Amino acid sequence: MKFVKNKVGRSIPEELFGKKLIPFTGKGKGPYKERKYAPKIRKTSPGDSKVLTSIQEAIKKGGLADGGTISFHHHFRNGDYLLNMVCHEIAKMGLKDIRLVPSSIQPINDELLTYLEKGIITHINCGTSGKIADAISRGKMKGLLTIRSHGGRARSIENGDVEIDIAFIASPTSDEYGNINGVHGKYACGSLGYAMPDAQFANYVVAVTNTLVPFPNNPISISQDHVDSVVLLKKPIGNPAGIVTTSLRVTRDPKNLKIARDCIEVIKASGLLKEGLSFQSGAGGTALAATQFLSQYMKAKGIKGSFGMGGATEALVRMLEDGLFDAILDVQSFDIYAVRSLLNNPKHIEMGASQYANPLSSGCAVNLLDTVILGCTEIDTKFNVNTSTESDGRIMHGMGGHQDTSEGAKLTIIAAPLQRGRIPIVVDDVVSVNSPGENIDVFVTERGIAVNPESQYFDILTKTKSLNTKSIEDLKAEAEKLIGGKPQKPKTTDRIVGIIEYRDGSVLDVIYQVEK
Amino acid sequence: MKIVKSAQAGSLESCDILISVDPAKEGTGIKINLESPAKTQFGDLILVEIKEVADKLEIKDVKITAIDKGSLGYCIKARAETALRRGAGE
Repeated sequence: MKFVKNKVGRSIPEELFGKKLIPFTGKGKGPYKERKYAPKIRKTSPGDSKVLTSIQEAIKKGGLADGGTISFHHHFRNGDYLLNMVCHEIAKMGLKDIRLVPSSIQPINDELLTYLEKGIITHINCGTSGKIADAISRGKMKGLLTIRSHGGRARSIENGDVEIDIAFIASPTSDEYGNINGVHGKYACGSLGYAMPDAQFANYVVAVTNTLVPFPNNPISISQDHVDSVVLLKKPIGNPAGIVTTSLRVTRDPKNLKIARDCIEVIKASGLLKEGLSFQSGAGGTALAATQFLSQYMKAKGIKGSFGMGGATEALVRMLEDGLFDAILDVQSFDIYAVRSLLNNPKHIEMGASQYANPLSSGCAVNLLDTVILGCTEIDTKFNVNTSTESDGRIMHGMGGHQDTSEGAKLTIIAAPLQRGRIPIVVDDVVSVNSPGENIDVFVTERGIAVNPESQYFDILTKTKSLNTKSIEDLKAEAEKLIGGKPQKPKTTDRIVGIIEYRDGSVLDVIYQVEK
Repeated sequence: MKIVKSAQAGSLESCDILISVDPAKEGTGIKINLESPAKTQFGDLILVEIKEVADKLEIKDVKITAIDKGSLGYCIKARAETALRRGAGE
């Protein structure tokens, strides 16, 4: 295997599984293709019915064969039942070598593990967590895991890096002609943002619903002209209560509350916290607390922002309701409060994944962000951020919109404690690079704030006396002193089990199988 | 010092460690069984930290079980010392 070093110093093979890889050369590159991908032309004639009563019928109609590709959205997060349901059906039909392209894999999908081991699922394109991620780390899947950001996923579907044979869309409501929305019905999940590129670019699109409504459904998030079949099931497609079971709780840890407060101090010092502010934060406990502190400050000072983006959470929606933003752009609703707001508040706008974050489009919303607060599992002295692997080398998470928002926003803040237990967060070199250091402006910890010397805000932030700024090397030294040394490097084999793409399609890093 | 009975110190709270000690036959040495979320990164260091405490107390034979929840060195040493002293009947 021949390797090339990319811009963040990672060795990238020239080719993997028959596909040529493009090494990452810095943000703002591409497109690497001239034209968008075009899906097959299908036809529904007057008098044709789209309604089916089983998933198997839809799989047959879509013509799925061995080696085929199927896609899903994860708006039900850890309450999604459809991905598992479809995979069980595929296994029953004796299909194999299937490529899964969901927008995320959650712990609820742990039961698919056996299909990885049996070669029924051989490639996965998305961020993963739980047992599936762990099994891939240990080499249990034959093919490759490709981790993309939300914007990168949309780009890969639009430019044909991923050709979807069948897109299965868990649909809280649909009419019999395939007009879908996510805000009505017993199983409302809110925005259907991640499913939108799939609906437009898949060769066959299946809406799966428990709630068939009279034609025309209204509002329409995904429209009939993209949808080939409507499968009406009795078995629930998802459990909306599962939306909030992972990652969403405001922190009460005083250390994290200090970090959250300091994030707002950084935004204030940058000069961006003024009329017209646009803002996004992740869904981690610290980011949610920061959103609340931002809200309090804006209220107290009478500052009105322009838009908030997400990952819409109750915290963000309350800011909209308090008049602190004119609008929310919502690619994914993180809790039931946000789902209801999308239904009832005209200022709460649903947005597709490409509109949100596809870099190779005519303009995505992350480009208009003033500031974003994000998390990390590790950050290194070059400010490269790892979100996908633990420091022992195992795959644990995806990356959401990390790369997209960190490139797009003027001021990107990473908020994390200096160490978690005995594991240091600041290291010499992160295990995996998910966002390159050139995207990151500030790293806020409970023991100090490190500003990237390459950041346009370096001078203004380091000159602000009220901020406890330190060099990132000093923060690292402080962590090592507390912990008693540097962590041992993970032991890996030479087999590549995963790649991390940059949002433009070039390759940032590869993930090796762990030993044992 | 000689371990004469089973004893423990610490807890399974986050950032703590539960150290249990049991008497061992003469000549079997210091045996440590470690469970830790940071085993890959810091396992060797944690073993050294526990062994240092046993050596300092001049304990020759003991079976130690350590269930770590991400504790730091000073905590590990303190829990180890308490567990060992309790096991020695102090």
